[in-house]
Amino acid sequence: MTLIETVENPFKPKAARIVRHYDLIKDHRFFQIRHIDMAKAMSFSYNPGQFIMLSIPGVGECPFSISSTPSRPGILELGVRRVGKLTESLFQKRDNEVVYIRGPYGNGFKLDKMVDKDLIIVAGGLGVIPLRSILYYALDNRDQFKRVFFLYGARTPNEFLFKTEFFQLKNRKDIECLYTVDKSDAEWPHATGVVTKLFKNLPEIDPSETTAVVVGPPVMYKFVIDEFLKLKIPKNLIQLSLERRMKCGIGKCGHCAIEHLYTCMDGPVFTYWDTLHFRELI
Amino acid sequence: MRILKMQSKFLDVFLESLNKFGNLYGPTYKNKVLSYDRLANISDLVLTDEHPMIPIKKLFHPMKFTMLHFNEMGFTPDYSTIEKRVILGVHPCEIHSLLILDSVFMREPMDPYYAQLRQNSAIIGFSCLPTENSLCFSTDTDIVEEGFDLFFVNLGEYFLVWVGSSLGHDMIYEREEFFDKNVTHDDIQEYVEWRQKKNKMFKKSFEFDSMPDIMELSYESEIWEEFAKICLSCGQCSMVCPTCNCYSVTDVFDVTNEQIGRRDRNWDSCMYVDYSLVAGGHNFRASRGNRLKLWYGHKLKTFGKDYGRPGCVGCGRCVDSCPVDINVLTISEALTTKEVPEK
Ligand SMILES: Cc1cc2nc3c(=O)[nH]c(=O)nc-3n(C[C@H](O)[C@H](O)[C@H](O)COP(=O)(O)OP(=O)(O)OC[C@H]3O[C@@H](n4cnc5c(N)ncnc54)[C@H](O)[C@@H]3O)c2cc1C
Ligand code: SF4
Ligand code: SF4
Ligand code: FES
Repeated sequence: MTLIETVENPFKPKAARIVRHYDLIKDHRFFQIRHIDMAKAMSFSYNPGQFIMLSIPGVGECPFSISSTPSRPGILELGVRRVGKLTESLFQKRDNEVVYIRGPYGNGFKLDKMVDKDLIIVAGGLGVIPLRSILYYALDNRDQFKRVFFLYGARTPNEFLFKTEFFQLKNRKDIECLYTVDKSDAEWPHATGVVTKLFKNLPEIDPSETTAVVVGPPVMYKFVIDEFLKLKIPKNLIQLSLERRMKCGIGKCGHCAIEHLYTCMDGPVFTYWDTLHFRELI
Repeated sequence: MRILKMQSKFLDVFLESLNKFGNLYGPTYKNKVLSYDRLANISDLVLTDEHPMIPIKKLFHPMKFTMLHFNEMGFTPDYSTIEKRVILGVHPCEIHSLLILDSVFMREPMDPYYAQLRQNSAIIGFSCLPTENSLCFSTDTDIVEEGFDLFFVNLGEYFLVWVGSSLGHDMIYEREEFFDKNVTHDDIQEYVEWRQKKNKMFKKSFEFDSMPDIMELSYESEIWEEFAKICLSCGQCSMVCPTCNCYSVTDVFDVTNEQIGRRDRNWDSCMYVDYSLVAGGHNFRASRGNRLKLWYGHKLKTFGKDYGRPGCVGCGRCVDSCPVDINVLTISEALTTKEVPEK
């Protein structure tokens, strides 16, 4: 039998090397990985907001948001929280060890709707991992955006991810960074309180010239979106990213279904307008 | 489409001759259960109005198979399930179900396993008459216009044979002597009468066409909770429904070696409790009511973003199988009348 052995198999993950890793906070680790095939590494193109499926043979495969920006090609960055089987096994890996990846998957943020406007990025907790991609994308393509605001809230100073990087960003004149923690300690130099409290520090904005993105824990969405709506940002220009369980990433396994949508293909980024039509979304 | 006529006495010889085009599969009894399987002999083929308990999806989206093997060098696909096949005795609703599964598995990026099984299988359809729980008249899936290579309509003395593809044409060409090109006016008349007789034989029906709107309006209905109270989350409905496609993936190490192993695919059901758990134990569809809504949403309202029709093809298997009588009939009736049927 002549089978199409040459057929592109979208489930076959490709080898990638862990270039570098370090702990962000307890149980949260940052990974830089690169396809072993250099041509693949350089040609791997993606949008902020997309994700990859990462495999460890014998353990399984899980989705992870891409935390790096496509404007800095070659290396993919991930931020991983240790929660279970696969992530535990990933935490055992050392630099130069091999993992397997496929992707990129999902729709990503709708960049065409965001350019030439003010951009408000609001992150809660782990949501900062995917948002870091759009954040650096905007900074690397600074002339494509008007003002850029970055609001990030964590529970405590010890749970604040990418602290060094993000604190340094505060020195830049072309972005306004506002940070907060729910419960602060003596050393914490920034605001205290939930992330929505930061909105009062924003300058006047023109809602017809502004887009907003928000990623965070499910409970956060409602409150942050209320703030966006108070600013009168159009519902279809508010984007959020949703996590569902995923087994395939390419619209086959059904695990990520919300009504008739597959989060892995039709999402994970949705506009607030979409979520109003699909009741199960948030 | 070309229509030919074949005397019934030629059927077995003709079907047997199709093994030239691939291994023969069809409904056959395995441990007294009718199921799609490889046919050792053409006499094992069971052409009946009953549907096999497990639908034809099992031949294209197998219940369990190995997708990839892995070792220190990485992953390699396993295409060992793929062979040339001729599948006999496929009823119209089953053909419709494959067209629906195509819209999932053949959509880009294509599932290479399903796609290759599909490309290497001929479908030889057969007409059937409604059984106790057939609902295909309601769902408009009682006849087929595409999705087969040959389709046989049994008119007693003879069959009318629709030729649906160039492969089907080749099959006929091999045994031309069995086929009569002269389909007369009387034959067509007999076919029309057969259809009218068949249409009157359906014992059950439901309002499939208005279900999308009724589902939409009933999203908050307490009816769902009533059904949720009795649902056992057994997943039987997903196993027997020809358009349920969900699966799960597991890695398995070889017993002898910690470096090598395989990645398997297994059928899964959104009715299982842990189906929508995401990291941190947040379950987006924790309640049974929500899981039932998802299932019946796919069957009766919308199935996939870009595909036109809801997933139910009216095979009646959920009516046959659910141990607590949750099925398209009881759900649609309850949502329409707002009353949960008495058990
Ligand atoms: C689009 C998307 C982007 C994501 N991005 C990130 C990211 O950037 N960083 C990060 O740390 N995590 C991310 N996740 C979550 C990550 O995929 C899960 O934490 C991971 O799959 C857990 O695997 P595990 O084997 O370690 O856990 P398991 O041992 O499988 O289980 C631990 C917990 O995780 C849940 N879980 C199991 N499988 C999945 C799955 N496939 N998806 C989600 N939850 C699951 C279980 O229900 C349980 O609550 C993302 C998920 C999605 C859908
Ligand atoms: S609806 Fe019926 S068959 Fe389906 S899971 Fe519930 S009890 Fe089982
Ligand atoms: S919902 Fe029921 S009747 Fe409809 S296709 Fe599925 S099993 Fe058959
Ligand atoms: S993850 Fe498989 S369909 Fe979306």
